[in-house]
Amino acid sequence: MIKAEHLIKTFGQTTAVNNISFEVNEGENLVLLGTSGCGKTTTLKMLNRLIEPDSGTITINGNNINAQLPEDLRRGIGYVLQNNGLFPHYTVEENISVVPNLLKWDKKRTRERVIELLKKLHLSDNYLTAYPNELSGGQQQRIGLARALVANPPVLLMDEPFGALDNVTRSKIHQEFKALDELKRKTIIMVTHDVQEAFELGDRIALMDKGKIVQMGTPSDLLFNPINGFVSNFLQDQRLQLEFRAIRLTDLWEHLPGGGKTTSKSSLPAETDVWTTLEGFKFHNGESMSVLHQQKNELKTITFGQLMAAFSEHKTQQPHE
Amino acid sequence: MNEHQQTLFEFMRQQSDKLAVQTLQHIGLTFISLFIAVLIGLPLGIYITRKKQISGFVLGVAGVLQTIPSIALLGFMIPVLGIGAKPAIVALLLYALLPIIRNTFTGITGVDESVKEAAFAMGMSRWQVLFKVELPLAMPVILAGIRTATVINVGVATLASYIAAGGLGEFIFGGISLNNTNMILAGAIPAALLAIIFDFLLSRVQRLNFKKVRKVVIAAPVIIILLSTLYFIPSAYGSKLTAGFTPEFMGRQDGNLGLQSKYGLKIHTIVINDAVMYKAAQEKQLDVISGYSTDGRLKAFDLVVLNDDKKIFPPYYAAPIVREDALKKFPLLEKTLNLLAGTITDSVMTALNYKIDYLHQTPERVAKDFLTENNLWKPAKNGHDGTVRIGSKIFGEQYILASMYMMLIKGYTNYDVATKTGLGGTKICFDALTNNQIDLYPEYTGTGLLAILQPSAATINTLHGDKDSTYNYVKNEFKKRYDIKWLQPIGFNNAYALMMRQQQAKKLNIKTISDLKRYLESK
Repeated sequence: MIKAEHLIKTFGQTTAVNNISFEVNEGENLVLLGTSGCGKTTTLKMLNRLIEPDSGTITINGNNINAQLPEDLRRGIGYVLQNNGLFPHYTVEENISVVPNLLKWDKKRTRERVIELLKKLHLSDNYLTAYPNELSGGQQQRIGLARALVANPPVLLMDEPFGALDNVTRSKIHQEFKALDELKRKTIIMVTHDVQEAFELGDRIALMDKGKIVQMGTPSDLLFNPINGFVSNFLQDQRLQLEFRAIRLTDLWEHLPGGGKTTSKSSLPAETDVWTTLEGFKFHNGESMSVLHQQKNELKTITFGQLMAAFSEHKTQQPHE
Repeated sequence: MNEHQQTLFEFMRQQSDKLAVQTLQHIGLTFISLFIAVLIGLPLGIYITRKKQISGFVLGVAGVLQTIPSIALLGFMIPVLGIGAKPAIVALLLYALLPIIRNTFTGITGVDESVKEAAFAMGMSRWQVLFKVELPLAMPVILAGIRTATVINVGVATLASYIAAGGLGEFIFGGISLNNTNMILAGAIPAALLAIIFDFLLSRVQRLNFKKVRKVVIAAPVIIILLSTLYFIPSAYGSKLTAGFTPEFMGRQDGNLGLQSKYGLKIHTIVINDAVMYKAAQEKQLDVISGYSTDGRLKAFDLVVLNDDKKIFPPYYAAPIVREDALKKFPLLEKTLNLLAGTITDSVMTALNYKIDYLHQTPERVAKDFLTENNLWKPAKNGHDGTVRIGSKIFGEQYILASMYMMLIKGYTNYDVATKTGLGGTKICFDALTNNQIDLYPEYTGTGLLAILQPSAATINTLHGDKDSTYNYVKNEFKKRYDIKWLQPIGFNNAYALMMRQQQAKKLNIKTISDLKRYLESK
């Protein structure tokens, strides 16, 4: 869907982006991960021409983005900023309505869409006439997201969208983000420096350093098949957590004790990652949990101890550098 | 002059017509220039946010304009724009530019980068970002700049009266010249009130929230234009010739009031500062001006003095005045000083002033040249029989006279001389003399009469404006009251005078003030 080829961008002496190529598939969530100054934000901003590359081409659905006026291009691409970038002199409703107004939607349609989005984002209608400075950080970020989504753009660009939030608010918004049906069909490119966030939200991750993509792949590709020391070092600090995030119950299926009774009041899908499963233990406070593997049509009931045993067995089989 | 002391309120009521006109002119001047300054400053301020490399230059130039003294700036305008409203408006708008440009620049560059980025990312065009995001968010800062500019303009507009553009400065500077406190306050209080009121109103505008600012932004130009038109309401009335008088001349009995009462002269008159008055006359902006009869500019600008045939201008014959005890201490002093008596006529003094004012010669050189030509100069004896202290007021003529006296005393006696020149005004000179700080200085009979003795109007009338009776009156009174002696007059009379361009006076055959009146009344 989005194809970037040989992007180069220099600012004065420094090369911010040094010959990057990548593709993003429709409906995919690609995370550009890296430390500050690695070129991830520059890469993102080239996609909606906030920054023009020195060379290289970007196509969306086969169309070169330079074929359109930048304004028209941007009206068709959602954009969420780190510090939300809400207009302080506009009410919440006016903020969300910016793009529909630019696209000259009629008032009724815009208003219905705004209210629909607020509902989906769990914000009350009372906020319509509020100004951004009257809202909490989390609420502001939701409004920023609503503003990006309002005109149903197929592509969403997010620049450290949750970076300015505290940890509690962030994990709450992460949950909402994953649950939001509007986002399921969208092609999303997200920039973050937060490894956890990348692993939690990304279908694929492009780990960047010094203007280049060091490795691009699924979270478990990066974790278990790092192409060099930089990648493994980058993930080292939070390795265990990341593994919990990256490994799904399907990966452990063979190590989990078979059989078990069909007690299924509520069963987890086997695609669930280990982290979420562990959280399930905590919340259910039960001895065991049942997991359903749909393709194999198997149901297994596991305890916390069994899960951890299966996890470490799986780990010992992984190649080590 | 011991008439009933008028209160400020009485003065304002009596002059309410003038006060109203001046106030309207003042508001008009302030807002015309403000309006133009916004029209120029706002786009320029926006432009330099786009071209940051020239922002330093533009702000620098506007800053330099701000530092030019207002009088000087008004002076620069005369050759280009003449006198009246045009140069005043241009000068005011130049002063208003800096706060407007700077605050526009600061306001727009101060808009949060992420908000601007969001605006572009939403798909707004450059103009949409400017009008929907940058300007609204910068508006409080821009309004603060306009507020500053307004208050500056209300203040500087008082100076507009210097170049005949009207406004409350007419009262203020007239009052200062005439030492009339009521007149000063009648101008200063309304001017201060205007500044306070406009500042307050604009501060309210600034505090409005973003929603209402939108309405204000639409309403503001309308209000400013309405206020601007006030300037044109007091319309000009026609007259064949235009006179420009100093604020002081306007208010004096031996000035415009006398011209009206004794001559019945009715001429379209504008109030103007004497620094620019002569130039304006030369450039045909003005036809008749008030001036001093020995001013060097008379010669420089080819002007001619109209004969005061009804004698309303009292004589201002110059003579040295000396403390009696100094004359006793320096026995040769009186004889030496009187060497100059009767030697300098009006035209000679005018010529000497011309050398100072326009040829920029030093007073010493002018004095020495004159004495040499008249065979009065002798080399200094460098004696040490005590030191004579000579004072002078702070204008060219007095410097020349002080130099001449110094050279004469040094050449003809064994006394040494110390000069204390440039004393800023009659009162300072006279106090220095009575307090034994100086021994002598050149004074004028009219000044001695009106500024120092201040006799009643009846006493002044008995003198009939006559040269000799005035001289004798001040001589006797000074002796009696202060023990100060008026020596023999030097010869010239530096009085008030009406003057016209020589060419025009000749063409219209006007030689006296009565001729002028007849010409104005003829159809």
